[in-house]
Amino acid sequence: MHNGWQARTSNRALGRAAALVIAMLSTGCGSLEGIQSALQPQGISAQSIATVWWIMFWGACAILLLVMVLAIYALRRPKPSRLGHPYLIIGGGLVFPIVTLTALLTYGLSIGHEFHGGAAAPAPLRIEVIGKRWWWEVRYRNGPSATPIVSANEIHLPVGVPVEFAVSTSDVIHSLWIPSLAGKIDMVPGKVNRVRIQADTPGVYRGQCAEYCGTQHTWMAFYVVAHTPDEFEAWLANEQRHARVPSEAFLQRGRNAFVDAGCGACHRIRGVEQAFGALGPDLTHVGSRRSLGAGTIDNHVGTLAGWIADSHAIKPGNLMPPFAAFDGETLRALAAYLESLQ
Amino acid sequence: MSESRPAMERRLASHTPLSEGEVRLRKAWARPAGIGILSEVNNTVVGRYIIVTGFAFFLLGGILALLIRTQLIVPENTLIDVELFNQLFTMHGTTMMFLFAVPIMLGFAVYLIPQMLGSRDLPFPRLSAYGFWCYLIGGLLVFGSLFIGAAPDSGWFMYPPLSSLPYSRGINTDIWLLGLSFVEISSLVAAVEMIVGILKVRAPGLSINRMPIFAWAVLVTAFMIVFAFPPLLAADIMLELERAFGWVFFDATRNGDPLLWQHLFWFFGHPEVYIIFLPAAGMVSMIVATFARRPLMGHTWVVMALIAVGFISFGLWVHHMFATGIPRLSLSFFSAASMAVAIPTGVQVFAWLATLLGGRPWLKPPLLFIYGFLFIFVLGGLTGVMIALVPFDWQVHDSYFIVAHLHYVLIGGMVFPLFAAFYYWMPLSSGRMLSERLGRWVFWLMFLGFNISFLPMHLTGLLGMPRRVYTYPAEMGWNTLNLISTLGAYLLAAGVLVFIIDVIRHHRSGEPVVHNPWNAGTLDWLAPVPFQPWTFFSVPQVHGRYPVWDQAELPGEVDRGEHFLADAPAEQRETLITDMVSAKPLQVLRIPGPTWLPLIAAVITSAFFLAAIAHLYALALVIAAVVLVIFIGWAWMNARVPPVDQVDAGNGVMLPLYLGGVHSHSWLGLFLGLLVDATLFGSLLFTYFYLWTAWPDAWPSAPFLEARLPMVVGLVLLLASSAAMAYAKRANQRAQRSGFWLGIITAFVFGVAFLIYLIPLFARADLDPTRHGFDASVWAVMGYHFFHVCIALLLAGYSMARVVVGHLTPRHDTDLRNTALFWHYTTGTGILALLAVFLFPF
Repeated sequence: MHNGWQARTSNRALGRAAALVIAMLSTGCGSLEGIQSALQPQGISAQSIATVWWIMFWGACAILLLVMVLAIYALRRPKPSRLGHPYLIIGGGLVFPIVTLTALLTYGLSIGHEFHGGAAAPAPLRIEVIGKRWWWEVRYRNGPSATPIVSANEIHLPVGVPVEFAVSTSDVIHSLWIPSLAGKIDMVPGKVNRVRIQADTPGVYRGQCAEYCGTQHTWMAFYVVAHTPDEFEAWLANEQRHARVPSEAFLQRGRNAFVDAGCGACHRIRGVEQAFGALGPDLTHVGSRRSLGAGTIDNHVGTLAGWIADSHAIKPGNLMPPFAAFDGETLRALAAYLESLQ
Repeated sequence: MSESRPAMERRLASHTPLSEGEVRLRKAWARPAGIGILSEVNNTVVGRYIIVTGFAFFLLGGILALLIRTQLIVPENTLIDVELFNQLFTMHGTTMMFLFAVPIMLGFAVYLIPQMLGSRDLPFPRLSAYGFWCYLIGGLLVFGSLFIGAAPDSGWFMYPPLSSLPYSRGINTDIWLLGLSFVEISSLVAAVEMIVGILKVRAPGLSINRMPIFAWAVLVTAFMIVFAFPPLLAADIMLELERAFGWVFFDATRNGDPLLWQHLFWFFGHPEVYIIFLPAAGMVSMIVATFARRPLMGHTWVVMALIAVGFISFGLWVHHMFATGIPRLSLSFFSAASMAVAIPTGVQVFAWLATLLGGRPWLKPPLLFIYGFLFIFVLGGLTGVMIALVPFDWQVHDSYFIVAHLHYVLIGGMVFPLFAAFYYWMPLSSGRMLSERLGRWVFWLMFLGFNISFLPMHLTGLLGMPRRVYTYPAEMGWNTLNLISTLGAYLLAAGVLVFIIDVIRHHRSGEPVVHNPWNAGTLDWLAPVPFQPWTFFSVPQVHGRYPVWDQAELPGEVDRGEHFLADAPAEQRETLITDMVSAKPLQVLRIPGPTWLPLIAAVITSAFFLAAIAHLYALALVIAAVVLVIFIGWAWMNARVPPVDQVDAGNGVMLPLYLGGVHSHSWLGLFLGLLVDATLFGSLLFTYFYLWTAWPDAWPSAPFLEARLPMVVGLVLLLASSAAMAYAKRANQRAQRSGFWLGIITAFVFGVAFLIYLIPLFARADLDPTRHGFDASVWAVMGYHFFHVCIALLLAGYSMARVVVGHLTPRHDTDLRNTALFWHYTTGTGILALLAVFLFPF
């Protein structure tokens, strides 16, 4: 080949470039942190999974390196190597994987399971999460017979204790995933799946639906707030209360607008007789939540007004109809009223 | 080493005047001119059609991928709206899996296998052509739905209830279910064709232990298709029944179960991944041997590894369902099985390494792509082991980590070997070489582009980004990673673009070659290139695994017509049928030449599916009847009594033109078809049992099922009809005309009695398929069986007609044997159906 030498050098240069790019990509792509990162674990389950990941990661790097060194060595030697022998097939293809996979499987089977499927002793707190298109209903239950406290799109839990999650769906399949705390669990029609999740550090984390569930799968997210036990009790006590009855005229106007426009047909506000609906999220304490539209936008009076007037500009295809008929003042009053529901 | 074109022309010219035998051979294999080429059924033409179509779908699916990546280049991008995005990713997956990866590999098999095995064509050329037209029309139908805004948008996995009527109101999902069922026909047809071909039409001496690895890989793959595709077909049919007629299979509110779909889908879907990978692995074994310039090391190990992968891949499907809340014991089993599949794959990888180390590797573009494959595929395999670990899968399942993993195994495991194959085998088709310089550009652009795009996705997934989202918030830490991934995707696309330029360029100015440019050892490189329709002037007698290396004189001998079938005395296309194991010549098979029948049949079959998509069920039934008539007409032309018993196959070897009974290739074809059918039936039975396990407390029973009499009567009628059919077959063999008629008419009467007795009984029973999963699954199982009894009756009628006109004689009884086989099969499935429906749960 007349251009053999050239071809070989360009191969070599390009090969080096490739190695460089890949090394850069695998190390320098950014931080491992984030409110939805499985590599910044904040709970015991996510922690053990992160540990097993790093073990597997370094093991995989070593194996890949070995294979590529053998492959490239095959190109760079003057005559056939003694390594090219059936023993290599038996050793590398049979013995080595059997040994390493057995070890990995034994280790892998020993972790993580205590949190899926439920352990023997009942957890003190049970949180039921029901997937809906495209938001989350969250019910808190202290003990099996207690009346649930219904909320939506935000999960609060105390740190340091396992919490039992019972997840289900009222329409299609969804999947509950809080990477900082644990792996995911599907919400399947006709079933209730149980999983134990424990947060170890107080903080705010984000979770997201992981099973494609139709148009707005993307914006079906939620925040998880992990409190110290005392804070959690206080939060739960507040969540249990009925909605505040407004005394200010402006807020009363907002409340009346809520009732008159028939918002209560879909949304419940405990303490407001005309607000009994179950199609949309419970709004009893909507003002205290961090986000609107299930993690779509931050929650404040401006975004509340924008959401009511045209939620489809924010979350296209969601199932709440737009309410563009409110005049500006009424809309502001309504938004202010909802914001006051702390 | 390679002969130049003028030299070949001189040699061919010196060969003139052509012998009379050669003139007849050329005439028999002549390709129709002009538009008539569409009626050609020869594998060199149909194989190329399939490959070109598959590549076109690869480009279309790739464009969808670029649109997806462009939308994700920055957070909260508004370029593509959510409705379109959901269609895009659904169609990207669907196109790449169903319209590109599986068909193009089968296309390579159709194109290469006969030549690689020293045959002139496949045993059922018209069937391959029919499969191709079904694939083309169905593919255009499914992909075309994007342009009318009605593309499927429930994901390529189509999980109910998202794909059920309440949550998917348009025809989008119907197009997916019915359009792809139509496309799947082509894969099933090709699978049956490949199995019969690989087992029956190998060159004399190419015994099973000498068979090239690619043929082994295709054989295993074809068997996998036979067992993997029917469950999907069954699931498609059931979901369509649920959508169109309200039958309950997957609706949990009426005692169906959405997880049933996931089981059936992944029972197909996981083997599917290996159906895509194994032929590619076969290609790698061929290319590695050629470019290491030595026989593949560990040939037998590799064959065993292929078979092992085929088996294990059916035991992995639940690893797609680890997060659905399945009991822990099952999780552990499937976790272990998922890891175990790495072992036979490791055997192959180390066999390739050992071959390269023990040879003198020659780093030409095909081997360069193999090196790229090694890196990417091994990395993908390693992440595959990671996600086989249940707790880790809970974290990364349905995240971008999985997107990265699956593209590493599929693009690494299939696309890189495919491009190696293009650079390696292109001269067979064009007689010209692709450019080595451009080939290196293609490789490096694709290799770098691929890794830049997909390596960061592992991290994106670990940082919490789920799959199938049309955008993402800016503050998640995913922005840079997504930007890099998108740029990498453009680079990868640039590589594909350079490849297309190279292909166009090489057709005009590529270096012409005549013979075996890579100095390869297998029969695909025996004949001069580009391939002629008849491929070999004579069908070679071979003595080893690498005949071109082992038998130095072989090319010359074959070109001089010194081996088999150097003549076509009847001016008909012929190939040799050999023994399945030893490849001893058994029969000269006359195979059909150009015909419009496959195209017409495929067009009318597509009309059936279109009518069903449009909910015009009466019309669909009429069209189905027309299709049936066409197939009967098609069959009518086959298996005629030959004009002479034996012909000279060359060198004085006298071989029969007709082999009856179990030795006939059509019997084997039917047998394989029944395996497909049995798997479909098994999927329906599985549905019945599965729904019981899902709702054991809410499992009703119909009063008439409590009475055992109908079951007993049904069983007796089935067994009696089978006995009568067996008697008819025996009587015919002994030339007892009256005995034949007595047997077959008795069987027919019993069959009719079975239908007349049982159908009204089920129809009158208190069974409402729209009410409960039990009712629907009973109707599915029994309905499927009743349909088979009707077909069995039709076949009996067909055999009677063949006897009357003299196409079926005591010695030429293939039709009757096939009818009897189908009949006994129907009896067998009927017994299972009746026992399950009447006796279970006890």
